[in-house]
Amino acid sequence: MNRKLKHWAGSALIALLSGGVIAAAAAAQSSEAVSEAGGKSLVQYLQKGEGRITDPAPGWDYLWTEVIIDITVIGILFALMTAYFIWRYRRVPGGPTVGSGPTLSTAAAVGWVVIPTFVFMADDFFIAANGWVLWNKYRDVPAERLEVQLESGMYSWDYTYPNGARTQNELIVPAGKPVLLRMTSRDTLHSHFIPDFRVKEDSMPGRVTYLWFLPREAGKEHVITCAEYCGVMHSYMAGRVIVKTPEEFKAWYDATGDSTRKSS
Amino acid sequence: MNLKEWIFTTDHKRVGVLYLIGSIAAFIVAGVMALLMRLELSAVGPTITSNPTSYNVWLYAHGAVMILGFQIPALTGFFANYCIPLMIGAKDVAFPRVNALSVWLFYVGIVLALLTFFVPDPPDVMWTGYPPYSTITTGNTALYTFTVLILGFASIIGGVNFLTTIAYMRAPGLTWNKLNIFVWCTLAAFVLQLIFVPVLGTAVTLISMDKYLGTHFFDPTRGGDVLTYQNLFWFYSHPAVYVIFLPFFGVLFEIVATFAKNRVFNYKAVVFGGIGGIVLLAGEVWVHHLYVSGMVDWIRVGQMVTTLLISVPVGLMLIGLVGTLYKGSITFETPMLYALGVLFLFLIGGLTGIPLAVTSLTLHLSDTYYVVGHFHYVMAVAGTFSIFAGVYYWFPKMTGRMYNEFWGKLGFWITFVGTNIVFWTMMDIGVKGMPRRYYDYAHFAQFEPAHKLMTIGAVILGVGFAIALLNWIIGAIKGKPAGNNPWGSMSLEWTTVSPPPHGNWPSPPSVSEEWTPYAYGRR
Repeated sequence: MNRKLKHWAGSALIALLSGGVIAAAAAAQSSEAVSEAGGKSLVQYLQKGEGRITDPAPGWDYLWTEVIIDITVIGILFALMTAYFIWRYRRVPGGPTVGSGPTLSTAAAVGWVVIPTFVFMADDFFIAANGWVLWNKYRDVPAERLEVQLESGMYSWDYTYPNGARTQNELIVPAGKPVLLRMTSRDTLHSHFIPDFRVKEDSMPGRVTYLWFLPREAGKEHVITCAEYCGVMHSYMAGRVIVKTPEEFKAWYDATGDSTRKSS
Repeated sequence: MNLKEWIFTTDHKRVGVLYLIGSIAAFIVAGVMALLMRLELSAVGPTITSNPTSYNVWLYAHGAVMILGFQIPALTGFFANYCIPLMIGAKDVAFPRVNALSVWLFYVGIVLALLTFFVPDPPDVMWTGYPPYSTITTGNTALYTFTVLILGFASIIGGVNFLTTIAYMRAPGLTWNKLNIFVWCTLAAFVLQLIFVPVLGTAVTLISMDKYLGTHFFDPTRGGDVLTYQNLFWFYSHPAVYVIFLPFFGVLFEIVATFAKNRVFNYKAVVFGGIGGIVLLAGEVWVHHLYVSGMVDWIRVGQMVTTLLISVPVGLMLIGLVGTLYKGSITFETPMLYALGVLFLFLIGGLTGIPLAVTSLTLHLSDTYYVVGHFHYVMAVAGTFSIFAGVYYWFPKMTGRMYNEFWGKLGFWITFVGTNIVFWTMMDIGVKGMPRRYYDYAHFAQFEPAHKLMTIGAVILGVGFAIALLNWIIGAIKGKPAGNNPWGSMSLEWTTVSPPPHGNWPSPPSVSEEWTPYAYGRR
């Protein structure tokens, strides 16, 4: 009995230690996201934004790290337990040739359902609650914003600005101002995906969908790509978000009213 | 052995073997498609074809054939046919002729699917067939529709047959609580098929009506709605994941219990909590395939919760499976190696699904290689490994002969390594933004080394599978005689001779009070 106890304690310790190491490594990797969030919890980060805009993209990195740590710890624990069982209960010469797995009493059987169920559900609801908070930030568009109409088609992104300026495959935006895209499609499904801003949403004929993001650094360019299979040239349906300083943007914007600007 | 006997057979075991041959043929074709895609993607720009349509057709064929032609028929066709009557002590299925109809319909479906490579305008609509593209493409959407309809019909009549068989043809004394886990799993899978296949049938029929007969179900300019199709499609196709998942988990339970010589841990929790829970939840989670499709916000949040809750029944089944190892006496023949391999692959696949359940995380992850890596781990590879495990496991029963253990184990390790190279890399570049279904990735050229690595992994994977297939063929022809019960299993199918004769048993079996399929080492 004592030996058995040691086995259990030993394997539990190994599991906890390795889970901890992995979690620490993942946490270290995410330090960027955490410092972005001011070292606070995701919920605190997302809720503080008094007077300033909360950018969902760092929130995404934060939640992603949180969920990855969560699933890594569960995975390591489960994998170690499985590996331990496989090793501990392998058939050895002279050992038992049939198993002696327990016949559970009714209470134990119910316990083995109820307790894991509560543990899993607790984790599910924890993740769901965090996911919901972030979701609300993704869907609540700040009032002060640049609103651009997007019509997608095989195989281009066509943007129309409030002053009538048009661009193709180049979304020119000022740094520091939220950009809202109202999207529709003239033929098949497309999906406007900007990996750097951690956001995408399908566009389709007959419905208007939206997404928004916060460009931060002027002078940067971000890849736009189509994420919903739309036909033969799907993989070539790409564009760029070009972030300008507010002054540069204003100059460009004022100069292009009602004209059409085609990009290469 | 004459051909006529096989063509006109109504014996469930022969029907099962016919299913196996057809689905393995489909697996080879779809696997070759995967290799072609990986070769194409091994470098930026055109490599083995300069025509994106060829790539899109391979992609379509790989998905549609693997799911509809290989996994579902192998699991609910071959395993169900071969094992269920034997496991419940029946002479045959309830409706043997209907069974024969179902397998030949399946072959018609396979032939239709393979016509993809011979018609001048092959379908390029992906296995999902989303409109409006599927209604305006020059590709042959009708071929897609009819392939799905025929295979769906085969599956439905198979389902009716097996539900009847399990309900009415169990051996005397074989109560519901003594059924093999595999039988429960297949029962649940067929319940799901009967409920949801008609929805898929409706969806794909409406697509062809839109394209060829001038209706406007999915055409918004005439009052239709493109999102309706996606809802109908995934209302079936998410439960279809459980139609694959449940039987393959059932196979794992049989193998793990036999090679651990142990009773299933908490049997009733697995059956009623695990399998029952999945059946209850299966139809309430489909919107997680539509998180970025423009659905209303409240349903996206609601189904985030239901999707996360799937972890409860799946977790109960995993606990049952790992618990079966506890205090076992485990040996590691090839089927067990595959089964234990699946435990780890499924763990990775299942846990990487949790971020995908979260709507806000999916705004970035959806339609990237992360999704592709995840579902290959959780369903495609875990399912395929389980099918291979099951074929190895019942191989002595089917053929009366033994495969080669050395080549079996070698094949397993090669495939296991190849799998992780391909799909781990896939998830990694997916998180970094690589979108799926790309013929070329000029604006993601930084992923070229990863794509090269995956191509190498895919070749390794292919070699491993080829070794297993050759091992079966050679084993079936000239393997050593295996005896009736080489694994020392308690389950009923091992009590008859190998291979079982027509009618399965000389006299109908009955089971005792203390017997269960897992009653090892009763004290």
